Amino acid sequence: MKDSPGLHLKTYISILFIVLFAPLGNVLLSRGMKDVGSARNWAPGDILRIFSSIISSGYIWLGIACLLAFFVAYMLVLTWADYSYVQPASSFSYAVVALLGYFLLGETVPPLRWIGIFVICVGVFIVGHTHPRTTEKVPT
Amino acid sequence: MIEFVFLFMIVAAGTGGELCVSRAMKVVGEVHDFRPAALIRFVFRAMRVGWMWIGIAMMTLAFFSLLAMLSIENVSFVVPVTALSYAGGAFGAVLFLHERISAQRWLGVFIVCVGVTLVWLSRR
Repeated sequence: MKDSPGLHLKTYISILFIVLFAPLGNVLLSRGMKDVGSARNWAPGDILRIFSSIISSGYIWLGIACLLAFFVAYMLVLTWADYSYVQPASSFSYAVVALLGYFLLGETVPPLRWIGIFVICVGVFIVGHTHPRTTEKVPT
Repeated sequence: MIEFVFLFMIVAAGTGGELCVSRAMKVVGEVHDFRPAALIRFVFRAMRVGWMWIGIAMMTLAFFSLLAMLSIENVSFVVPVTALSYAGGAFGAVLFLHERISAQRWLGVFIVCVGVTLVWLSRR
């Protein structure tokens, strides 16, 4: 199967964008949701109150902006690389999100969680050494 | 209990949504031109594919489930446990997108799932 020029380079750059923007977006959403708070009884009125708080939270909108940037990078990379390659490769973001949660939000991250995240990254490393494309392009 | 419901919706709707978007992207074709105007045309082209809208609807459901989960648990717990979608994603890629997944990739996905289990066990 013939690759287009720079297939691996553009794949790695896109995944770098994915790995940076997705965790940052999730951390901002988490910060916003901590302000909004959890529903008490999940009744319609309670959910409506939370929804109203969500759409007026600056952190939530910043998080959405980061996730949109992530989504565009994700859509682009999926036009040439397999989903089953992109999804595992982008899971480095799990390590980044724990680091950001620890340093920016002051979350307690138990040792077992760090080990679990490390194991996830080992899985990612193995997946990352497979070819990005295993299927032929769809004829246009 | 409610956490399990949200986790299920994040994983099932999120994975299903990503598979639909991936299918739409394969229809749109590979991007070679990264200039802003070309990227905007690419987005509009993608929006004309039905799978894209189904994917967006499912991912929206997953997004609000994620927000609900983040209001209950820490982000360093919530995001790693959503990696459960790896197993579903790999099976979905084979069945739905007809991708071929090598033994090495399956091994990687399996190890990722072991990591997710450890993260789950770290829950206080």
